[in-house]
Amino acid sequence: MSIELDFASVLSQWPLLLKGVAWTLGLTAVSAVLGVLLGIACAWVRTEGPAWSRPAVAAYVELIRNTPFIIQLFFIFFGLPALGLRLGPEWSSVIAMVINLGAYSAEIVRAGIQATPIGQIEAAVSLALTRVQTFIWVVLPPALQRIWPALVSQIIIVMLGSAVCGQISTEELSFAANLIQSRNFRAFEAFIVATVIYLGLSMATRAALNWLGERLVFGRRRG
Amino acid sequence: MVEFTVWDIVSNLLLAARWTVVLSLIAFLGGGLVGLALLVARTTPSRLLQKAVAGYVQLFQGTPLLMQLFLAYFGLALLGIETSAWTSAAVALTLYSSAFLTEIWHGCVRSVAKGQWEAAQSLALSFVEQLRYVVFPQAARIAVAPTVGFLVQVVKGTALASVIGFVELTKAGTMITNATFKPFLVYSCVALLYFLICYPISLYARSLESRLHAKRS
Repeated sequence: MSIELDFASVLSQWPLLLKGVAWTLGLTAVSAVLGVLLGIACAWVRTEGPAWSRPAVAAYVELIRNTPFIIQLFFIFFGLPALGLRLGPEWSSVIAMVINLGAYSAEIVRAGIQATPIGQIEAAVSLALTRVQTFIWVVLPPALQRIWPALVSQIIIVMLGSAVCGQISTEELSFAANLIQSRNFRAFEAFIVATVIYLGLSMATRAALNWLGERLVFGRRRG
Repeated sequence: MVEFTVWDIVSNLLLAARWTVVLSLIAFLGGGLVGLALLVARTTPSRLLQKAVAGYVQLFQGTPLLMQLFLAYFGLALLGIETSAWTSAAVALTLYSSAFLTEIWHGCVRSVAKGQWEAAQSLALSFVEQLRYVVFPQAARIAVAPTVGFLVQVVKGTALASVIGFVELTKAGTMITNATFKPFLVYSCVALLYFLICYPISLYARSLESRLHAKRS
């Protein structure tokens, strides 16, 4: 028995694949920005926030980190309409990704914040900066620099996880692959192509975020 | 119409959760064995083997687990192997786990001081003996906590096997939702069951980690 692979019939559907890539990157970009902001907010609450709010944030982080992403997605897409909150597949995907990344990045950012030398905070206080100013201008930038590689890895994990969003008919890359294989029955080839594209996307995203981190988020490394 | 009580839902989910646990254990143990073989290959002096294992790790860490599952499902069929959702899920999750475990363990092996290798060599131990008696025992001590932590990721990963039709906790949740029209209740129960499986493992991993650090300082 010989195996015949026919990639041409998959690649000829490139507009679908391109659309899928655009959705995957778009979902990832939006949820990366919002998710990391949510993570920073949660990390702030857990280290400096009012005492009553800390257990709530801790519960959120543990709940998300110990349940599968697909369940979080299904809960938002299928479960919430029962409470009267009806969201489209795209919004459900974005919200699930933001909530997911928020929980993971909260822990990552917190680790970075805790490594801040106490002298830096004392110096900021002696310059009469408020607590919030101290956090935003003194604590956060070096903390982000310390944890940037971990944060980039987490964003890529969320991007790869977004393949699941095709299951609720968000038209991202894995949805495109599924659509193509349902049209020409070239399932293996379609998923090979999608997998290779994902691999390329994750490598490119890592490179882009490393570049971006130095220039936009915490400034160039000194020395 | 048949009415479903909460107990009906929970008991059916509990029955399905067995398969989540079984699949997790298969993937974790199988992944451990394959990962160990890859680790040995990666610690050999052969550049080619090192590169090959690094490429394998990059491949599995840089692509979605969902795609890996689909490829196993359709790929094994293409090879003429009769595939059930069982075998393809077990194969895909085993390979996925092996890539992550070998990467975790590789970091632990690298943290063993170079002098230990040299000392073992100067005692005329063979390569396998160096690993077996000198390097691995020291690396294993550091490796336990992150390995247990990774088990949580495997359990969560098995949820994706539902997509290729393997009936575990997530798939059972979807099926019960279709029968009862109570998605909010059912998915809450499913999430809770996953949490009950994963959270104790997370706590255990964390306590192992803090014990290790306490010893060091």
